Amino acid sequence: MPSNAEIRLRERLSKLGAMKLLRGAKLTGELDRLQDQLDRLREEPTAEDIWRSVELARHQDRPYTLDYVERIFDDFFELHGDRGRADDHAIVSGLGKLDGRTVVLVGHQKGRDLKERTNRNFGMAYPEGYRKAMRAMALADRHGFPLVTMVDTPGAYPGVAAEQHGQGGAIARSQAAMVKLSVPTVACIIGEGGSGGAVAIAVADRVLMQENAIYSVISPEGCAAILWRDAGEARKAAAAFKPDAAHCLELGVVDAIVPEPEGGAHEDPDAAAAQLGTAISEALAEIEGLDPVERRRERRTKYRQMGILARV
Amino acid sequence: MSSGQDRVDVEVESKRPDEPAKGKGHPNTCPVCGSHYRDEELVRTLRVCPQCGHHFAVGARERIEQLADPDSFVEEAEDLRSADVLEFFDLRPYTERLAEAEVETGLGDAMIVGRASIEEQPCRLAVMDFAFMGGSMGSVVGEKFVRACDSAAAAGVPLVSVSASGGARMQEGILALMQLPKTVCAIEELHEARGTLLSVLTHPTTGGVLASFASLGDVVVAEPGALMSFAGPRVVAQTTREKLPDDFGRAESNYRFGHVDAIVPRSELRPTLSRLLRLFASP
Repeated sequence: MPSNAEIRLRERLSKLGAMKLLRGAKLTGELDRLQDQLDRLREEPTAEDIWRSVELARHQDRPYTLDYVERIFDDFFELHGDRGRADDHAIVSGLGKLDGRTVVLVGHQKGRDLKERTNRNFGMAYPEGYRKAMRAMALADRHGFPLVTMVDTPGAYPGVAAEQHGQGGAIARSQAAMVKLSVPTVACIIGEGGSGGAVAIAVADRVLMQENAIYSVISPEGCAAILWRDAGEARKAAAAFKPDAAHCLELGVVDAIVPEPEGGAHEDPDAAAAQLGTAISEALAEIEGLDPVERRRERRTKYRQMGILARV
Repeated sequence: MSSGQDRVDVEVESKRPDEPAKGKGHPNTCPVCGSHYRDEELVRTLRVCPQCGHHFAVGARERIEQLADPDSFVEEAEDLRSADVLEFFDLRPYTERLAEAEVETGLGDAMIVGRASIEEQPCRLAVMDFAFMGGSMGSVVGEKFVRACDSAAAAGVPLVSVSASGGARMQEGILALMQLPKTVCAIEELHEARGTLLSVLTHPTTGGVLASFASLGDVVVAEPGALMSFAGPRVVAQTTREKLPDDFGRAESNYRFGHVDAIVPRSELRPTLSRLLRLFASP
């Protein structure tokens, strides 16, 4: 009995096969990639596999946004500040070259050592961070630059000042900004895709997810504390809500899984960056040729169809 | 419209939405002043304590009765139900929690949508019910909200949303999170069709609902004392080890910081919405 994921991928494979004449050479890679993902998916991740993803996604040596930026983009120029109140270091933004064209980058940023971790607030943004992201998005749209985002956050920062500065509204408006963009957009889940703070910068034409990243509605510990009354049951919670890449692909939440080096991205950051860079280039190539209005319509259609329903 | 009194009486367990908060007495006993009422008394007072003004929770159907003209409400998309895609099982299966919520509330999920008029102004309504699994947003709430937006845009009338929610529904995993961008997309298209969203925040509106449609109203109003925070007070206190201000995340605090246009006591909600509907009806 084929799983939903298999059926979904098979549908996409057959659609892409039929489009061959229209879009030519670029499709071969896409077909191979989907076939490869189909092969992987035949094996449903176990609870152990899922927990391994959680650990790898949070691994202290895992490459962060700026590790990828320096390897994937040329001539990166960082943009600071939300032009209103602050420069939130948990989110970085800037301009760089990818395959010769200028793109805008927005991403969460975690710190490597204690001092930098504190400075980056562990990748947990304040509303100022999302406003900085929106400023960069507006810049991309104004100049016709594609937008690439990198998602790696435990969640938006839960603090008194963050609430006073409008955390909920900022996350909502950041999503609205991404829904409005005319330029091509690619989001990459590269580590922890933690809830609203993650989706705030992940509403894109193509959403890529690294093999060992996680994307979830709540942290395993948070879920365990609520439903099991014991944060120590995080493994059980993760197994129940399935934040791993294979399940996200199966549910249609991400468009492709980006392979990582054996043992995880931290084992070989250069190779991980090469694979991520290739995937970003391919994803942009798929969508750049589309009419901007059509592309935005398709993006919205994708999100408007999110969810699975039953009927009485 | 007054700014209401500061009432920080209700201990909100926003992250444990499927259970009643601990240490509560009878649901008809005012948690502020201790006065006890018969249910029909509270129905008459719009579930506001006549002694101290505390706003009790209001279920979706009763809220619609309070706001809509008599017999004007026609429900839409009532046949939608949640699917248990993840076969989610914590201490109990999700399907069991759903069935129990449906029996207890008589609702199919945590939101009712439909067409209505408020003081003869036609509109669409999307009303949440906290009693259904803490008003949590999963695929059904997201889909109903999207249909309400589309229906409002097609009819050229405003959408009025009344939120009461602990956030996204954990039992639907990542698909629950995807309801945030889903509802945001629908509002964007409503706005492009020059449609209007009036967002009413009631106690509590937290997490994913605050971080999506509830914050994107052309006008955002809140009931007095309503908690409207992205993270619940308990999570913030545990994470930051800060002492929270007494009015942390409350409507009054949000009003001060510029996140809400007005705080509207329940008795003024219907006339206020009617005024706004008339203002937005101008060609």
